[in-house]
Amino acid sequence: MAEPVLEVKNLRVEFPTRRGTLVAVDDVSFSIAPGEVLGVVGESGAGKSMTGSAVIGLLTPPGRVAAGEIRLMGRRIDKLPYGEMRKIRGRQIGAIFQDPLTSLNPLYRIGDQLVETILTHLPMTKAEARARAIGLLKEVGIPGAEDRIDHYPHQFSGGMRQRVVIALALCCNPTLIIADEPTTALDVSIQAQIITLLKRLCAEHGCSVMLVTHDMGVIAETADRVAVMYAGRIAEIGPVRDVIKHAHHPYTRGLMGAIPTISEREGRLNQIDGAMPRLNAIPRGCAFNPRCPEVFDRCRVDRPDLMRAGGSLAACWKAEEAVNG
Amino acid sequence: MIARLSDGLRRALDSDIFYSFRNSPLTILSAVVTLIFFIGAFFSPWLAPHNPFDVATLNLMDAFTPPVWLPEGNPIYPIGTDDQGRDLLSAIMYGTRVSLVVGFCSVAFAMVLGVSLGLISGYFGGMVDSVIMRVADVQLTFPAILIALLLDGVVRGLMGTEQHDNLALMVLVFSIGLSYWVQYARTVRGSVLVERNKEYVQAARVIGLPSVLIMIRHVLPNVLGPVLVIATINLALAVITEATLSFLGVGLPPTQPSLGTLIRIGNGFLFSGEWWITVFPGIALAVFVLAVNLLGDWLRDALNPRLR
Amino acid sequence: MLAFILRRLFQSVIVMLAVAFVSFVMFNFVGDPVNAMVGQDTTMQDREALREKLGLNDPMPIRFARFVGNALQGNFGLSYRTAEPVGRMIAERLPATLELSLVAATFALIVGLMMGVYTGLYRNSWLSRLFMTLSLIGVSLPPFMVGILLILVFAVLLGWLPSFGRGDVVKIGGWTTGFLTVSGWKALILPAVTLGLFQMTLITRLVRAEMLEVLRTDYIKFARARGLSNRAVNFGHALKNTLVPVITITGLQLGAIIAFAIITETVFSWPGIGLLFIQSVYFADIPVMSTYLVMIGLIFVIINLIVDLLYFAVDPRLRIGGGGGH
Repeated sequence: MAEPVLEVKNLRVEFPTRRGTLVAVDDVSFSIAPGEVLGVVGESGAGKSMTGSAVIGLLTPPGRVAAGEIRLMGRRIDKLPYGEMRKIRGRQIGAIFQDPLTSLNPLYRIGDQLVETILTHLPMTKAEARARAIGLLKEVGIPGAEDRIDHYPHQFSGGMRQRVVIALALCCNPTLIIADEPTTALDVSIQAQIITLLKRLCAEHGCSVMLVTHDMGVIAETADRVAVMYAGRIAEIGPVRDVIKHAHHPYTRGLMGAIPTISEREGRLNQIDGAMPRLNAIPRGCAFNPRCPEVFDRCRVDRPDLMRAGGSLAACWKAEEAVNG
Repeated sequence: MIARLSDGLRRALDSDIFYSFRNSPLTILSAVVTLIFFIGAFFSPWLAPHNPFDVATLNLMDAFTPPVWLPEGNPIYPIGTDDQGRDLLSAIMYGTRVSLVVGFCSVAFAMVLGVSLGLISGYFGGMVDSVIMRVADVQLTFPAILIALLLDGVVRGLMGTEQHDNLALMVLVFSIGLSYWVQYARTVRGSVLVERNKEYVQAARVIGLPSVLIMIRHVLPNVLGPVLVIATINLALAVITEATLSFLGVGLPPTQPSLGTLIRIGNGFLFSGEWWITVFPGIALAVFVLAVNLLGDWLRDALNPRLR
Repeated sequence: MLAFILRRLFQSVIVMLAVAFVSFVMFNFVGDPVNAMVGQDTTMQDREALREKLGLNDPMPIRFARFVGNALQGNFGLSYRTAEPVGRMIAERLPATLELSLVAATFALIVGLMMGVYTGLYRNSWLSRLFMTLSLIGVSLPPFMVGILLILVFAVLLGWLPSFGRGDVVKIGGWTTGFLTVSGWKALILPAVTLGLFQMTLITRLVRAEMLEVLRTDYIKFARARGLSNRAVNFGHALKNTLVPVITITGLQLGAIIAFAIITETVFSWPGIGLLFIQSVYFADIPVMSTYLVMIGLIFVIINLIVDLLYFAVDPRLRIGGGGGH
């Protein structure tokens, strides 16, 4: 197997607060192969966005990487000084944020934002950068790119703005794109277009994607592998087909139940009862145990680590039973 | 009875506001300072070491005594005396009292005026509303001190300088109060506009209850917090405004000196070396205003949990 | 955009008319202009004749129209106190106040902006804490106290700078300026600092608050995620976005500076219109007061118009309508 583009090992993200330290991401490990799309899924607050922020080194202070390591193309990047990390951001790792309406600076023309990013990272003249920017805008499907490049963000619709954001993320041919809920803020009718576009462009540019979302449907369509996160830890990780067809963690099955399918006629979506625990009140044992329909004694005492379960890994004592028994 | 009292006390001590108070040493300090000023000022006839207005006790020989730590200082006058031989500490205490009276009265005047106009504006809407709010807009573009000065001048023109000096305190309260009503009116009006469309007001109308009364009963508690915050910060502003007017010579006359008047008197002796006559009243003014401002800041944050 | 500016111009004219009306009312109903013009022994008939001649018996609207017409020609009547034409008194003293206000405003804006950006970016450094504490004290110190303390330190104790007057001035046409002489500049320092200090602290706090707000936004995080340099993010993307609110408040504050000049001019015996105004309040010299009011109103309206135009320069959302066209 080729060297992974991104390798995260035992990552731990902490937030020191006045009332003690909150652990937002705990012992998370995964890797992304070249050209691979890894979906990271979970409820809000599960630590998935935080993992993305940690990878690009933009945790909001006082949040910090407390343990573990992050490697990009084999090079350790979690301890890099700010100036070094800055050269990687935008150049090797592109980012796409949730809300295209607020991701673009309202006072700058989109062309200026593209050109300044290109000029920051690539040795080009202004004219070359502008030509490249127009090319990118065409690539992301903005009609009349030659004129539109001089428009301000407020002159674009939400979907169009997210296309601009994608162009910004791709403008220096990064090896990895971190897309944090790229479609959540968009109209349902546009979501599919954007996801398709993102997937196609990343395939064309040959870059890997870490796709953070709470939408299992998006994962099913887009990702090669999926990591399900719950309360700061990975609950299950594996190839998308295995995880969807044979989910080993009850939480994953719960998430699946929340996807509407056309065939089901009962008319009622399954949902998981209760809410994810707050970070300062994570229960002993398996963090999911208070909501788990299959909970048994051991779950309330011992915390399960990831263990092999079929084609994937799952952090569940049931999975262990299934394999051993 | 005692149980209920202690229960109430415990709940007050457990409340968020008290919690944030207890956890901010700066706020506690400001509260203590403010309290010292209040007590020192309002009980000055009993607490002050001398009566600066009793001509019989004044001794011109004692004039220009420096503070006690300087050569020629006299322990009877801890921070020195002014040109008349008045004990500066006592004069400051009496002066603070005058400043506070003007401050409180003008804040009360501004509050009553602003809250009423806000209620009227929000309740009646239409022409009344636009007239009041336009006046507020125009007034807001001019600094309050300028408005107060103009009003003071107008009153002077109407009644003559002599009568003006007799009524100086009233005139000041009127001028300062009239320059600070806008913020109250805006706050209250906003709240009325929100409440007016709520169902209980509509329902009251349907069953023929005077909705004005019901609204007042519901609106006033809602705006209590913001109005209190505005009033606290306004107290500091009003005291500064009064001091400024008095310093400029259009406020309180030397026969009834406030802190500003004392500073004005002392300013004349700055070049002859008697700096203390003006500096100490100035420090008293600044410290008091700073303490009240800090209290106001804290109150605003404590009453508005979203800001925290 | 043109429509917007025209509307603002129209509003400005309305505000000016309102201010002129207040001024007119003061002029006509506070004190009796005739009393101020004639001696004690003038007969009732003479007074009445004068009233008629001055047009004081005409209907209100006509008198107001005449007042506005006169004001537009710079004719504001005679001072009760000195019997000089008010227009000329003001014109003589205006340069002193405008020069003082200009220097004070520049000082407040430049220093306030720099301190605000610094404390916004490095809000936990000791220097920021020092700045914030100083600014809190600055807000609580009444301006006249600042002036007195500066005089005490720099004029009385150190003897470095003069404490009153404008120093040597040079007359250029109808304008007297202190900018061309050393003593003029020396005389300007203390009053300008006194006048600008309060506004400076306000601007510092405002810029800081706006910086903190903007630095939290998504587009700043996205700008960092694009790997832009710190300078580009902080001084390009962040600072530019703080400008709209800063311009609003600063505009109002600069107007306030001219009014606060009253206090500074009194402390430093600065021969400007503020000093003239305070003397006129003291003597209830209504013509001077009402003229001052009109003039301050005019300056405020002009500043507000400039502020509106600056919005357009800074914010494309106002300049170009949205559309989201595809």
